[in-house]
Amino acid sequence: MTTTTPSGASAAALAAEHGLAELGGRPSLLSYIRQLWERRYFAVELARSRFRAQNEADRLGAAWIVLLPTINAAVYGLVFGVIVKSASKPPHFIPFLVTGVFTFAFFSGCFSDGAKSIVSNRGLVRTLHFPRAVLPIASVLQQLFALGPVVLVMCVIVLISGEPISVRWFLIVPAYFLMSLFCAGVAFFAARLTIHVRDIAQLIPFITRLLFYVSGIFFAVSTKFSGHGLLTALLKINPANVYITLVRDALLSRDRHLQGVHADAFTWQLGIIWGVVMVVAGFLFFWRAEGLYGRD
Amino acid sequence: MTEPSGAVQIAAANNEKEAADQVSDQVPDEASEQNDTWTPGGTAGVRPTVIVDNLHITYRVFATGRPAGSTEQKRWLKRSPSMRRAREVHALRGVSFTAYEGEAIGVVGSNGSGKSTLLKAIAGLVPSSEGAVYSETNPTLLGVNAAIINELSGERNIMLGGLALGMSLDEVKAKYREIVEFAGIKEEFLDLPMRTYSSGMAARLRFAIAASVSHRVLLVDEALAVGDKGFQKRSEERIRELRTTAGTVFLVSHALPAITKTCNRVLWIEQGRLKMDGPTKDVVDAYSNSAS
Repeated sequence: MTTTTPSGASAAALAAEHGLAELGGRPSLLSYIRQLWERRYFAVELARSRFRAQNEADRLGAAWIVLLPTINAAVYGLVFGVIVKSASKPPHFIPFLVTGVFTFAFFSGCFSDGAKSIVSNRGLVRTLHFPRAVLPIASVLQQLFALGPVVLVMCVIVLISGEPISVRWFLIVPAYFLMSLFCAGVAFFAARLTIHVRDIAQLIPFITRLLFYVSGIFFAVSTKFSGHGLLTALLKINPANVYITLVRDALLSRDRHLQGVHADAFTWQLGIIWGVVMVVAGFLFFWRAEGLYGRD
Repeated sequence: MTEPSGAVQIAAANNEKEAADQVSDQVPDEASEQNDTWTPGGTAGVRPTVIVDNLHITYRVFATGRPAGSTEQKRWLKRSPSMRRAREVHALRGVSFTAYEGEAIGVVGSNGSGKSTLLKAIAGLVPSSEGAVYSETNPTLLGVNAAIINELSGERNIMLGGLALGMSLDEVKAKYREIVEFAGIKEEFLDLPMRTYSSGMAARLRFAIAASVSHRVLLVDEALAVGDKGFQKRSEERIRELRTTAGTVFLVSHALPAITKTCNRVLWIEQGRLKMDGPTKDVVDAYSNSAS
């Protein structure tokens, strides 16, 4: 076309006159949030449907939701409690390990599912228009649906292992709430980054495993590295460790200091900061690329 | 003021815009509002719903392997530059037109001419390398390959599809029967995963879901061709209905009868350019003459 410039200008003017917007842009933050709120049932239904469908082909079905972390904990218990006996092993090892493994599984599930949320829903993204932030949110909600039975089994194991039941147990509710905010933030970041660089999906298992080993799941960060100030501090502000400590502090009451499961006000502050900062930053980061999803 | 598009037959004598070059004639786009001789049915409203302005789409693809007949030697274990080079495929080369309320626009052209790319661009799914697409809302694209969620049942897909389109739970429940009947899905299939559906059944269901809300702009890419006779009839009716509720429907199809029955305007795309744009009969006649 030779008449690009006048045509471009008049087309834009005509579009503006009739309230048409140029496609490929992203909506303003406020209208994006409003659209997202309108699709809240969609996010919940999507998460619920996927949650129900995820194990239907397996013979044991939904039982796998709790079997998987239990087997996981059993394997780690065997390796780090029996085969490789460590001096820094906390005295009441089973409840310590189970709370750690089960809580970490929530994080790693959100991380990997969040990263896949756009790519694996390409059909949906290319067929229908809706704010794409629904998808990472739904992947976190799906993990939250699984968290219910998982926490129940965790409490039973903790109870059987000899921990007294107490009112403090209710503290896991705010702990998991803050952790969900953090996980949603992680899911937003991972979902967008995977769009730009698909290779990231290959690295996620390694990042998760590294985090698993530094997060004090079978050792207590505060007792293992009591000598090294900076290292302990870094390991302590590690968000996975923060949330695991909050859960343990709520559930485990025997020898809390000896076990290294004591959470103070600072741990709660860290939990709030990590949760709020990650969910806000992740959401903004995800929103900024809204026009790009589904184009690959 | 001028808004030259690729081409149009009824050059309703707007001579000050002779500037537009290219394929054939001249579009009296905006001016046609006054001249109003544009659509045969006269249903086109004054409001534009989609403005496509000098749209260029370039795909960057990594060509793998060597071109056939290349004499280049094989280099083992070495990823030579020729094995992975970026090639630009210019799928659309400057398409311009304006679609108005109440129009049903057919898109014809040979395979690989850029029809599907045009629809994807109007749906906002591929970025333009030059030019722009303006639209009121994000148009909905229905293609043969698009899926909703394959591993979930048809029933779940209807719920989720409706919610994704912005309906409330109650609204979806109210429309559920209507969608099932429209799609013509048998009761016993509704709780089976969608991946077990035949391609015709899946396409019917997708269309039924998308057509259950009134879209300002609906893009249909060959989706109707897979349906059976009864469904084709229902969907043609639905498209006409959407037109009367002041939406715009785009229909890509190789089945010219489907286009003649449902569309009042046709775009003919050839090699990424708009070859012709005008009333259905004229364009379809010219297109079928060129093909034979």
